[in-house]
Amino acid sequence: MLEARDLAGERGGRLVFAGVSFCLARGEALVLLGANGAGKTSLLRVLAGLGRVADGTLAWEGENVREDPLAHAARVALLGHLDALKPQLTVFETLHHEARLRGGSAEEAIVAVGLEPLAEAPVRILSAGQRRRVALARLLLGDRPLWLLDEPTVALDAAGVATLGRLVAAHRARGGIVVASSHLDLPIADARTLRLAA
Amino acid sequence: MKAWFGLVARDLALARRNAGDTLAAVAFFLLACGLFPFGVGPDPMVLARIAAGVVWVAALLAALLPLDRLVGADYEDGTLDQLLVSGLHPAAIAAAKGAVHWLATGVPLLLAAPFGGVMLALPLRAIPALVAALALGTAVLSLLGIAGAALTLGARRGGVLLPLLVLPLTIPVLIFGAAAVEAASVGLPVSPHLAMLGALLAAALPLAPLAAGVALRSAAE
Repeated sequence: MLEARDLAGERGGRLVFAGVSFCLARGEALVLLGANGAGKTSLLRVLAGLGRVADGTLAWEGENVREDPLAHAARVALLGHLDALKPQLTVFETLHHEARLRGGSAEEAIVAVGLEPLAEAPVRILSAGQRRRVALARLLLGDRPLWLLDEPTVALDAAGVATLGRLVAAHRARGGIVVASSHLDLPIADARTLRLAA
Repeated sequence: MKAWFGLVARDLALARRNAGDTLAAVAFFLLACGLFPFGVGPDPMVLARIAAGVVWVAALLAALLPLDRLVGADYEDGTLDQLLVSGLHPAAIAAAKGAVHWLATGVPLLLAAPFGGVMLALPLRAIPALVAALALGTAVLSLLGIAGAALTLGARRGGVLLPLLVLPLTIPVLIFGAAAVEAASVGLPVSPHLAMLGALLAAALPLAPLAAGVALRSAAE
């Protein structure tokens, strides 16, 4: 269970959001809405334990995540707006090394996002949508219960969006929590929404 | 520990693909050593007198070259965020980066150092001491360098700031490293100087990754 109470976050010394409260049980999803600059990315980074918390508390299963930031980091699977890929490595090498860091199987992750034909291709030659799929595959490694998705559908084609929908549904069926931000309709069924004011 | 070695393995694989960076550092080192005979004249007596210091300064400067990309590239492409949520302690991430810098830049410089020494008419009996002292000294530099690189992340002129921050900290390494080579070339015992370098390494080994880890975290905020 992820609970935010009166959470406020700042970036570059400026308060970007404040008074955010929500409580997500296992299997629930939350979609963040708001105009550009409303603080969706900053909130996701705070939920990941990366951003600076200006005020309020964030708790996992009732325990403040500040007590043990490393344990919280090990729960998080983050899909940022950067894909965090190295052009010199192949798709398989990328996910193989990630799997050593996080656990899980690179082969299964590649199959799940439909990249088997490109497994031995260097990331350098992939299209933006294919790179996004590699970043999606990283979410599957290591059984992370908290998925944080920043504009996950950017660059994905219709089939990619459908894949994302299937992965998110399967994750929630396993009891995982998803927080996602988007301007577009996300393929996430009966999600709760949170609108951030600019 | 498996995760830590996984990170080292990934970064070494990347360093292999970017072998040009290592070659550039080694070429810079040999060129810098090779320029001195042109500057101060080919007299072997003069060259042998300055060889220890020149080889050390050239090696320190060469080792700095690939430093800012090692951490800066991860910062810019989002990899640093992914590493910070991998569950590894930030200090462990920094230590892995330091280990990779030493293996990918320090060790090749060790292998090139005897050639640099010979170009400067360094007595052959001083070569083993040079390599041993550089092995310890470049490891200290890798650790200090990662701390400096982490501190200058996100700074607008980080590439310029980094040497200004790190080079003054390397003065003790330079003093004892050059002294070890001087001692060996006149037949004095080398071990006291190596012991001092070892002590510097023992101090940098826990402190530099801790400082770098804090800097990595605050760079991601």
